[in-house]
Amino acid sequence: MLELREVTVRFGGVMPLDHVTLDVTPGVTGLVGPNGAGKTTMLNVLSGFVEPVAGDITFAGERIDRLAPHRRARWGLRRSFQQEQLVLTLSVRDNVQVVVENVGAPAHDVERVLDAVGLGGRDRPAGVLSMLERRLLEIARAMVGRPRLVLLDEPGAGLAEADAKRLVPLIQALADPPDTVVVLVDHDMDLVQDVCRDLAVLDFGRLIAHGPTVGVLDDPVVKRAYLGTEDVA
Amino acid sequence: MMPNRTKPDPRQLVALLAVAVVLVAMPPVVGVYWTRILTFCAIYSVAAAGAQVLYGRLGFVSLNQVALVGVGGWAFLRIGHEVSLPHPVLLLLAGLVTAVVGVLIGLPSLRLSGLALALVTLMAAAGFEVVFGAVGFPDGGDGFLGKAEGDLLPSSLARPDFLESDRVLYFYTVAVASLMFLLLWALIRGRSGRAWMAIGQSVPGAAATGVNVTRYRLVALVATSFTTGVAGGLLATGDGRLDPISFPAQQSIVLFAVVLIGGGYSLLGAALAGLFYSGLPPLLDQLGLDGNLILVVFGIGLVHSVMTAPTGLAGQLTKLATALRLTAPSRTDLSVVVDDHDEKVVEHA
Repeated sequence: MLELREVTVRFGGVMPLDHVTLDVTPGVTGLVGPNGAGKTTMLNVLSGFVEPVAGDITFAGERIDRLAPHRRARWGLRRSFQQEQLVLTLSVRDNVQVVVENVGAPAHDVERVLDAVGLGGRDRPAGVLSMLERRLLEIARAMVGRPRLVLLDEPGAGLAEADAKRLVPLIQALADPPDTVVVLVDHDMDLVQDVCRDLAVLDFGRLIAHGPTVGVLDDPVVKRAYLGTEDVA
Repeated sequence: MMPNRTKPDPRQLVALLAVAVVLVAMPPVVGVYWTRILTFCAIYSVAAAGAQVLYGRLGFVSLNQVALVGVGGWAFLRIGHEVSLPHPVLLLLAGLVTAVVGVLIGLPSLRLSGLALALVTLMAAAGFEVVFGAVGFPDGGDGFLGKAEGDLLPSSLARPDFLESDRVLYFYTVAVASLMFLLLWALIRGRSGRAWMAIGQSVPGAAATGVNVTRYRLVALVATSFTTGVAGGLLATGDGRLDPISFPAQQSIVLFAVVLIGGGYSLLGAALAGLFYSGLPPLLDQLGLDGNLILVVFGIGLVHSVMTAPTGLAGQLTKLATALRLTAPSRTDLSVVVDDHDEKVVEHA
């Protein structure tokens, strides 16, 4: 479905993504790895904020890497950021409205997605929301229209364990429609294991493992990358 | 859309009505001199509104607003001397010419931001100061520049008959200024305003939600340059001529500073800025004080605003009115939210 072929990103002498080839199937796929592994860079490449020096990206055979970021959003890409990018001075409702009117979704989507995440007080400015409410609002924005590729960058960051649990069914709901790919980056391995059917693991810009979550987490190469154990190969 | 979003708050309507009554009642109370000053206040409040929208919504620091007033005035006089057109049409054309010029100046804004963009607009203002000084303003002559030469004596562009009286000119100016505010308010409340806010908060964040950043920045430049150009046309209407010394680059900086004092996040702030910018200097003059003292006053006001009231006087008034339950928080006034989260939001703005 989502295919990356030999995607390479170079920032001067640093190569945050090194010839990454990856096929992601519909459903929720976790993208994990140590700090600096290239996870956020990959999301930036997928959403068009970083241009790879080599490689190509297709979704169901369609090249999406030639689209500008805002056109990718209209095509069906939704994205949340590590540092949430809500418009703090706009109301909860208007934070969704701005997505609805710019991706061409029906007007009733505003209430639909806010109902889906259970967010009330919709005339409140986003700046007064709690961290959990902000994360819920971000997920609501990702639900607008007919998302095809959803990229979630640490949606559980800063949340208490109980609050992070509230995100599980919502993230799974994002992947409910057929042919929808959700890529989740998070350091909260409980959250990752709860929602991700597959995992892809990056280390120093290279893909070191990809497959069903349980198998990948048991992979000694992955354990070494995460825990820095002795060479087990 | 929720039904309550379009329902006007009766308290706000009462406030607007009160303002209208005050504006109408002013001329007989204050006399001819101050009626003229209030006319200038209305004109420069429109120019301030342009700077306010660019700053408060998109985070652009525009330091060429007074220069754009000059451009609007130049276009108004040039077209007015050339062809006889109804006054509103002349204003419209002045606004359109200025919109084109404003977009050309603002093109770097599609790639620049912050200090670099502010410097570009300041350099543009300095450039216009030089150009206005070199070519002057049209005074009935021939050629592209419309300057009278040789035997041809300079002439002023006559006001239309219905604007002969300064009092009527004041009412007319206030009405046109109100229309310009209404235009900007409608944009702020609508799709453009939401997109501007998203861009002002974060360009990648806006693009990720489908906002065409380039397009909405252009919309902002067109709208604010247009309204500022109309203000220039109104300014040129008063005497039918303009003087190049009225448009130094320094005045654009002063106007921006006054916008911050009035309030960079609401149109009320722009209205107050126009009042301060054009009203305080003659007030000092009448008090027998040195006119240059106004720069000190504005400087102190700016320091106060930046340090203790990032939303300016408008923000403080809005918070006071909300606290007294005189009015509900406005969707187009960011003051309350910005004050509550000033560090974070102002950083983005």
